[in-house]
Amino acid sequence: MEPAKVVSIHQRAVENLKYIRETMERAGSFTAVPGWGGVLMGVSALLTSLISSRLPSKDLWFLAWLGEAFLALAIGGWAMVQKGKAAKAPILYGPGRKFALSLCPAMIAGAVLTLVLYRYGLFAMMPGVWLLLYGVAVVTGGAFSVKVVPIMGVSFMAMGTAALFGPPAWANWFMAAGFGLLHIAFGIVIARRYGG
Amino acid sequence: MVARHSKAEVHPKPQAARVRPAQSRAADLDRLIHEPVRLGIVSALAVNDTMTFNELKELLKTTDGNLSVHARKLEEGQYVACEKYFEGRVPKTEYRLTAAGRKALETYLDHMEALIRATRES
Repeated sequence: MEPAKVVSIHQRAVENLKYIRETMERAGSFTAVPGWGGVLMGVSALLTSLISSRLPSKDLWFLAWLGEAFLALAIGGWAMVQKGKAAKAPILYGPGRKFALSLCPAMIAGAVLTLVLYRYGLFAMMPGVWLLLYGVAVVTGGAFSVKVVPIMGVSFMAMGTAALFGPPAWANWFMAAGFGLLHIAFGIVIARRYGG
Repeated sequence: MVARHSKAEVHPKPQAARVRPAQSRAADLDRLIHEPVRLGIVSALAVNDTMTFNELKELLKTTDGNLSVHARKLEEGQYVACEKYFEGRVPKTEYRLTAAGRKALETYLDHMEALIRATRES
């Protein structure tokens, strides 16, 4: 007869927590992606596009959008934490963390490419690259989330592609349409259907 | 139909457990949700307003009989509420987590985390 397998209390507790997280993720009508946070990010992007279109130099335009990127990151992070708290569930350990980690590679690639484009003064290409890579980040993050999240990512990718091939003079419009309107539209859908 | 019976099993008081050794705390676990299928039901309902019997069965990869038995235990403990209705001519059974069920899950999670901390410290 085989000896009984000994499992420590610690190991059992870890396995139980893992099981709870996985069940919640698979149950899946919840996304840690914050809907109302997305709406706020969209509004701040629209304001930034309005302000940046009136700035006298490309360097200032670049700085305005750089500031907006950090602001949006802060809004998104804060909204995700609030949503996790409101759900009264340990969402931030599972789907939220996966989403955040999955965003990272494409966001880091975006930061590196931004430095290269800035170095060579290729400002007109920045909106397309930013929208495209943000879209990639959302698609990869959304692989663990509800369907609407990867659809939002693909929409950003399409907007980025259009910006890369579109007239450079439309750059700010693409930024407003992408980071502004797409965030607001998808934010409302996520907020209304998937818990805030 | 809403949960009908009083709590059938003993539930722990985690605050009191904080100063005791891990083995003692493990004995205090809420037996009602310390079972994989029942823990799965409660966890799934924590992130969904309601789920039908078939949705839970598919999610937890279990049989009708097994799910039925465990859901009934949770219902008796007033951790889940159950509603039966007809959609056209098809009978449906829908479950939702009660406030007591949500509280029990939170307590259980606290308990697991306390156990992990205690065994790390010891």
